[in-house]
Amino acid sequence: MSTRTVTVASTVGLHARPAATFTRAAAGAGVPVTIAVAGKDPVNAASMLSVMTLGVEHGQEVTLAAEGEGADEALDALVELLATDLG
Amino acid sequence: MITLQGRGVSPGVACAPLVRLGAPVVTSAADPVGADPEHERVRVGEALAAVAADLSARAEEADGEIADILTTTAAMALDPSLLAGAGEHVARGVPTGHAVTLAIEGFCTQLDALGGYMAERVTDLRDVGHRAAAHLAGVPMPGVPAPGHPVVLAARDLAPADTAGLGPDVVALVTEQGGPTSHTAILARSRGLPAVVGCAGIADLAEGTMVLVDGSSGEVRPDPPAECRTAARVLEPEADTPGATADGHRVALLANIGTVDDARAAAATPTEGVGLFRTEFLFLDRRTRPDVAEQTRTYADVLRAFGDRRVVVRTLDAGSDKPVPFLPLGDEENPALGVRGLRTAGRFPDVLDDQLAALAAAAAAAGREVDVMAPMVATAEEAERFADRARAHGLSRVGVMIEVPAAALRAREVMEVVDFVSIGTNDLGQYTMAADRTAGELGDLLDPWQPALLDLVALVGDAGRLRGRPVGVCGEAAADPLLAAVLVGLGVGSLSMAPVSRAAVHARLARHTVADCAHLADLARASRTAAEARRGVEAST
Repeated sequence: MSTRTVTVASTVGLHARPAATFTRAAAGAGVPVTIAVAGKDPVNAASMLSVMTLGVEHGQEVTLAAEGEGADEALDALVELLATDLG
Repeated sequence: MITLQGRGVSPGVACAPLVRLGAPVVTSAADPVGADPEHERVRVGEALAAVAADLSARAEEADGEIADILTTTAAMALDPSLLAGAGEHVARGVPTGHAVTLAIEGFCTQLDALGGYMAERVTDLRDVGHRAAAHLAGVPMPGVPAPGHPVVLAARDLAPADTAGLGPDVVALVTEQGGPTSHTAILARSRGLPAVVGCAGIADLAEGTMVLVDGSSGEVRPDPPAECRTAARVLEPEADTPGATADGHRVALLANIGTVDDARAAAATPTEGVGLFRTEFLFLDRRTRPDVAEQTRTYADVLRAFGDRRVVVRTLDAGSDKPVPFLPLGDEENPALGVRGLRTAGRFPDVLDDQLAALAAAAAAAGREVDVMAPMVATAEEAERFADRARAHGLSRVGVMIEVPAAALRAREVMEVVDFVSIGTNDLGQYTMAADRTAGELGDLLDPWQPALLDLVALVGDAGRLRGRPVGVCGEAAADPLLAAVLVGLGVGSLSMAPVSRAAVHARLARHTVADCAHLADLARASRTAAEARRGVEAST
């Protein structure tokens, strides 16, 4: 199991549109990825609605996790996405 | 059939058959269950994919921000967890359509609990559920009907997203809920559609019933006599002279606008200018902040459209009911009493400075003056800070809105530091009566004829005379012709309204002298209730 923790740079947090952008990328990662915030269970990172229910705000830390071949590369790419302002 | 009574919020009369805003398909645990759960799960997937495809197609036809919202809603329909959740319900023997509803409601509950922006997405998500349920049931998708002939559109309430699809067939709006400052009311006035809100009885009328809607009196008459059936929309002819009382006292009748398109449409009317340019329409639903250059272009377009006519620009009025995605204000227990209007400038000073810089640049580019005012000002000190900042940007005509009772009570002090004030009667009413503007059942307290509200307007009018500062009104009260005469009697010198309301106000003011207006104002203020005030003034004209 690989994990990464990253601070969300999107100025509006993971609102609907940034969540859609992120989950599209997660769905195309090739491995199942989960996303979690402190105090809540991890959810499927490819599910926009699940990501929205985390209520992630700007500057909040999230933890991504994935297992299997290509997991590290996939997580690095997603971390990079979350570290940029998705608008 | 008995005439229904609602609250008239946008003037005009229209007669057409009633249609309903696509009543959503209601699913139930008692619906028949499909024979093969696996097959039913496939059908759920197909239905959600069809919903997404339909929303994406609509996005193609829509403009920028609306297209964005529709695209994002389409993405919700394709969510794998939604499909999986519905599939689990199906596997447990829940009827197929109801399984989708349960899965949707599961997410709605969680989003609702987050409050604010996320809670507002519940409407979008439920819309996905309604569409999927309709697809599964093989009935038409809910939505705004476009039958190809004039119709009166009835709905429980209209969400801003519904309004994107309002076509030319809709000649009037009637809603069960909503108050005088609801989205429905504001949309209807901006489009010049007669509208009645808070009309509970409309729910009992059969679709196709011919109804006569009077957007002034609030009456909705089913099966009107034959002579009404041919009546098209009846609006008073536009008066092309400046607003004035019978004795020639000028009262500028200005327009409320929110976009460059509104500006062009209003500029083509005889209006004396703009009394309220709601700049938040440039910001709402924007994921990123429009930069100074973009704002400058927009403001300059609006200023040019009006030549040398007065244009009053209100700085960003974000907050409670108007969240701006790039201003993370967070959740508040009482957003109407929280960080909103000018108060947001404390946390995001750059946003205000950008806006003031853009306004100054736009005025220079258009080669004319611009008036700028701040919303939600409570004290003279706040007014002074705003005025100093605006003047530092080279803006010479600076005012504030009077929406907070404290600002009305201390209007004299406020007017020492600004050039003009504009009374926002909607918010001043809500704060004076401690009644939420969005609560339909509190409509009576929010009635702009409330004597307490008129007392505050009178205080501001007196302060204006004392300090020699112009006092305007840019709330919905300005659009009520009879109340407009009362406001003039209270010392108000300009009235700003949706352009469609101007003709009726113009005609009414032309019938009264300033002394008449002062008498009407005394009558209204001597009343005990809003209804008594209106009746008393009506009876004496």
